[in-house]
Amino acid sequence: MKTHRPALLLPLAFLAAFYVYPLAAILQTSFSGDTRGLAELCADAYYARVLAFTVFQAALSTLLTLVVALPAAYIFARYDFRGARVLRALTTLPFLMPTIVVATAFSALFGPRGSVNLALMQFLQLDQPPIQILNTLWVILLAHTFYNFTIVLRIVGGFWANLDPQVENAARVLGANRARTFLHVTLPLIAPAIVAAALLVFIFDFTSFGVVLILGGPRLATLEVEIYRQTVNLFNLPIAAALSLAQLVCTFALMYVYTRLQARLAQPLRLRPQAIVKRKPQRAREKIFVWGYLTAMLVFLMTPLVSVIAASFEDGSGYYAELFINRRGSIMFVPPMEAVRNSLFFAAITIVLAVGLGLLAAYALVSQSRAARILDPVFMLPLGTSAVTLGFGFILALGNLRASIWLVPIAHALIAFPFVVRSLLPMLRSIQPQLRQAAQILGASPARVWREIDLPIVARAVIVGAVFAFTVSMGEFGATALVARPELPTIPLAIYRFLGQPGLVNFGQALALSTILMVVSAAAIVAMERLRVGESEF
Amino acid sequence: MLKIINVTKTYAGAPLLRGISLTINDGEIMCLLGSSGGGKTTLLRIIAGLEPADAGEIFFDDQNMRDAPIHQRGFGLMFQDLALFPHKNVFENVAFGLRMQSASRAEIRARVNEMLELVGLAGFAARDVNNLSGGEQQRVALARSLAPRPRLLMLDEPLGALDRILREQLVADLRAILKRIGTLRAALYVTHDQDEAFAIADRIAIIHAGRIAQIGAAAELYRAPASAFVARFLGMTNLFPARVCADGRVETELGTFVTASEAKQSPSELEIASAQSFDSASLRSGSHLAMTSALIRPDRVRVGASGVPARVEECTFRAGRYRARVVTDRGARLTIEIDRALAIDARVGLEIESVELLPA
Repeated sequence: MKTHRPALLLPLAFLAAFYVYPLAAILQTSFSGDTRGLAELCADAYYARVLAFTVFQAALSTLLTLVVALPAAYIFARYDFRGARVLRALTTLPFLMPTIVVATAFSALFGPRGSVNLALMQFLQLDQPPIQILNTLWVILLAHTFYNFTIVLRIVGGFWANLDPQVENAARVLGANRARTFLHVTLPLIAPAIVAAALLVFIFDFTSFGVVLILGGPRLATLEVEIYRQTVNLFNLPIAAALSLAQLVCTFALMYVYTRLQARLAQPLRLRPQAIVKRKPQRAREKIFVWGYLTAMLVFLMTPLVSVIAASFEDGSGYYAELFINRRGSIMFVPPMEAVRNSLFFAAITIVLAVGLGLLAAYALVSQSRAARILDPVFMLPLGTSAVTLGFGFILALGNLRASIWLVPIAHALIAFPFVVRSLLPMLRSIQPQLRQAAQILGASPARVWREIDLPIVARAVIVGAVFAFTVSMGEFGATALVARPELPTIPLAIYRFLGQPGLVNFGQALALSTILMVVSAAAIVAMERLRVGESEF
Repeated sequence: MLKIINVTKTYAGAPLLRGISLTINDGEIMCLLGSSGGGKTTLLRIIAGLEPADAGEIFFDDQNMRDAPIHQRGFGLMFQDLALFPHKNVFENVAFGLRMQSASRAEIRARVNEMLELVGLAGFAARDVNNLSGGEQQRVALARSLAPRPRLLMLDEPLGALDRILREQLVADLRAILKRIGTLRAALYVTHDQDEAFAIADRIAIIHAGRIAQIGAAAELYRAPASAFVARFLGMTNLFPARVCADGRVETELGTFVTASEAKQSPSELEIASAQSFDSASLRSGSHLAMTSALIRPDRVRVGASGVPARVEECTFRAGRYRARVVTDRGARLTIEIDRALAIDARVGLEIESVELLPA
């Protein structure tokens, strides 16, 4: 097998300059001089409380997500019902939505003038909004559960679906009742999947930024939010660097445990094709359970998204019209529609960077040589680093480039890169030598083989990678919030600014922009699913 | 007519093919039968041009294939793992070879539909190949390789991935289809499954240790296996080491045998009391070797009071007759076919009607 060594140089150089170097800068700032940052971090109990809250809210969110999503995993694993595929696809929608959209959605639902409160006030004849959970832990837990529901459903449900039910039947025949069968047979068997899912959810909740920043209010902060505030509001770089270091250590440790666990999960038990395992709900109790749960799930996962769209049209198309107007004294320096243009521009550059580098990396990894096996995890490193940490590293290391408009697409490309590589690899691997040989034997000349076999698959892979990069770039919030130039806001930044301003018109514009972002993201997701060839490697 | 002359191939220092010569006549389905990893697939790849041979020649109709590019040989190959194009649907997969021949649209449409009908997949044209069942994918691969009207079709364990029942059904279909294609001059089918080989082939070439151990129609192979290996490969188990002495006697674990004519002259020489004899005709090429193998057919042993003393170990009913495993007092085990059941542990005498000698 050939290794494509020159092809590796570009992505490696990119990672060195825009990933390793910024992280090194964080490290250096944390330890340099009088190590004021680290010392202060350890001395002040406030930061210990931030860390404690980060862990606490992540653990609680994870627990809640498990409790809510495990019954759904069971239903999708064991029952065969109409619309299962569509329903399962719908559950991924929240996960793939930009955080800013999720935050807007929950503000729209539970704000004092949110649809839930208005409905309750009218129904119960109240003067005050009854649900006041904005700026509390509750709304954070709710948003995190909404966001990560599908992870538990996919990982645990997928594993459960292939589990041989004969094992459970054997336990029943041996005299165990339903509860004991679950406790002593089913649970131990699916436990690795539950732990893996829980860990992944925990990682996402631990590094959650947009949701906590916007919904948590000024008093609540996770590490991620604290890094942002120390940098942007207080310009306390040593403390921010020390916090980033703590964040880095935590995320790498978590990612390491997760990858180890996933490798263990990969060696399957005696798994069965799902078709044999599944059955239709038959008894009345089963039907009530299955359809009742699925309805509740659908309401929980769709209401926030639908309410954003509904609320954005409350004033007819007025909020949308407002997006094109640059009002005097507006917090935007430009008409909000400019943000859409900026986002599209950044996304275009991101696509070129991420797909170009991703293609080179993926082509090199396809060979499965020794170099490829070493580099594979290296290319995945940006996945284990939170967005705000990356953005902060950019500020420290590339400070003199701060004014450059290139920092935003570079940050986006760095974040999209591992996803792009992972989505390209299986497609490139699907071009097996046999396919080329089959084409040759059927009469295709070598040039024709490339045109008929390689080109169409590579082209598809490029489009899938591009859509991936596009989606990441359009929705990215954490890193962008730190490195974007104030006069060149992206859509998520514009939404964030509108959310921070009082007044219905500002909120309405946030809703309108969120709706635009939501529709664009959803369209991209659908396009990607249709174009994909071969199994995804996630 | 495909002619393979003395093809050799070494793989990673080890000889894989040690001189294979084979002729496949027009209209013939030839089967290469041998254990896995025996070089059968490599031979197909050499014929297709996907791999060079170390030495030897391939002729098709007296035209040397050595310098013919793969895509101009006019051969078809059905890959073991099918190699369907995942980015093309059923129609596009089957149409591929025709498009390479620059056939007209109407012609392609007609031929693809004809092929899909032939393999029993009419109406599947627009389907995604990734969502077909294993058997359906197999049929698409067959239709794809037949569509461009190859002169020679090679099939590399085409039914390997399927389960037993589906395989037996498909193998019969496959032979019917191959025989019905007028433009197909010859077919070469690779398998390690003897039942599959017997069901599909006109002639079978058994490959062993890089050489052709024997070649012939199924019945011929069965009637007269050329070696102990071939006999064992075809499922015959009553094989015993035998020593041919200078005076023509043959010594085995079961006793000493003489030819029928000798037996009349000197019956006293028979160690076994009753006339254990075999026709000198069945003493084939192996008779001059010192060490050979003696093959005893299960239906050529009678059970009586006299003969080789033995004990019944096992007796089961099999397709109208009984099949018993017996062990002689000297420890030799053999399987026999008889008309009545034997009690387990019963003592019997084995009267062996004939013995064939094979090269070891």
